[in-house]
Amino acid sequence: MDDDAVFKALADPTRRHLLDRLHERDGRTLSELESELEMSRFGVMKHLRVLEAAGLVVALRSGREKLHYLNPVPIRLIHDRWIDKYTEGHVSALVRLKTTLEDTA
Amino acid sequence: MTTMTATTTQVYQLFIRATPEQIWEAITTPEFTAQYFYGARIEVNGERYLSLGPDDSVWGDDPVLEFDPPRRLVHGWRSLYSPELAAEKSSRVTWEIEPQDGGYCLLRVVHDQLEGAPMTAEAVSGGWMMVLSGLKTLLETGKPLAG
Repeated sequence: MDDDAVFKALADPTRRHLLDRLHERDGRTLSELESELEMSRFGVMKHLRVLEAAGLVVALRSGREKLHYLNPVPIRLIHDRWIDKYTEGHVSALVRLKTTLEDTA
Repeated sequence: MTTMTATTTQVYQLFIRATPEQIWEAITTPEFTAQYFYGARIEVNGERYLSLGPDDSVWGDDPVLEFDPPRRLVHGWRSLYSPELAAEKSSRVTWEIEPQDGGYCLLRVVHDQLEGAPMTAEAVSGGWMMVLSGLKTLLETGKPLAG
């Protein structure tokens, strides 16, 4: 619903790191996520709240625990709206050239 | 595409500018699903979830576990379109539709009980995003997602 919230949430290295951790293994508790970051519990909570507000993380209750799941749909929607359009034809040819040159370098 | 390992629950959610009834219709009637679900014609009633591919082959034939229009649908999942995936254990898909302010609904899809279906888990993860993105586009613009 709100692209701004998604871009804002993604514009922070700690939050991107949290998404990568969830992508690696989904459905984690706050304590698990906290143990992998050099950050206070409060700090991690704050970042998770921003990610939840952007819809990038969904917290579901499982018994007494609250498990955090990565919701990749907003990124897909941004991809469809903002990336697909600009990466057709000549742009993707340049990206391929860059990848090829950097891989062989 | 993904390197996710041992994921037994997958959660997808998005906001769609539509009524719960419109979303319910779009996920339970074949004329709609054919436009965003890889061409599958999916028919759902209180007992059965039947999905037919464009060539009429059976892609899915699963029991419906909960049927509460227009809010909640729970059905089994086995990917019959691939012999390799069909051999895995059955998993479960839950659709929840929650009305929000401003004419929007929150649609949440939880694909869980994937413990006995690791290849299915891997295979469907990109697929759900395509399907849900396509569903949103269809309901909000009346047109299937291009490309």
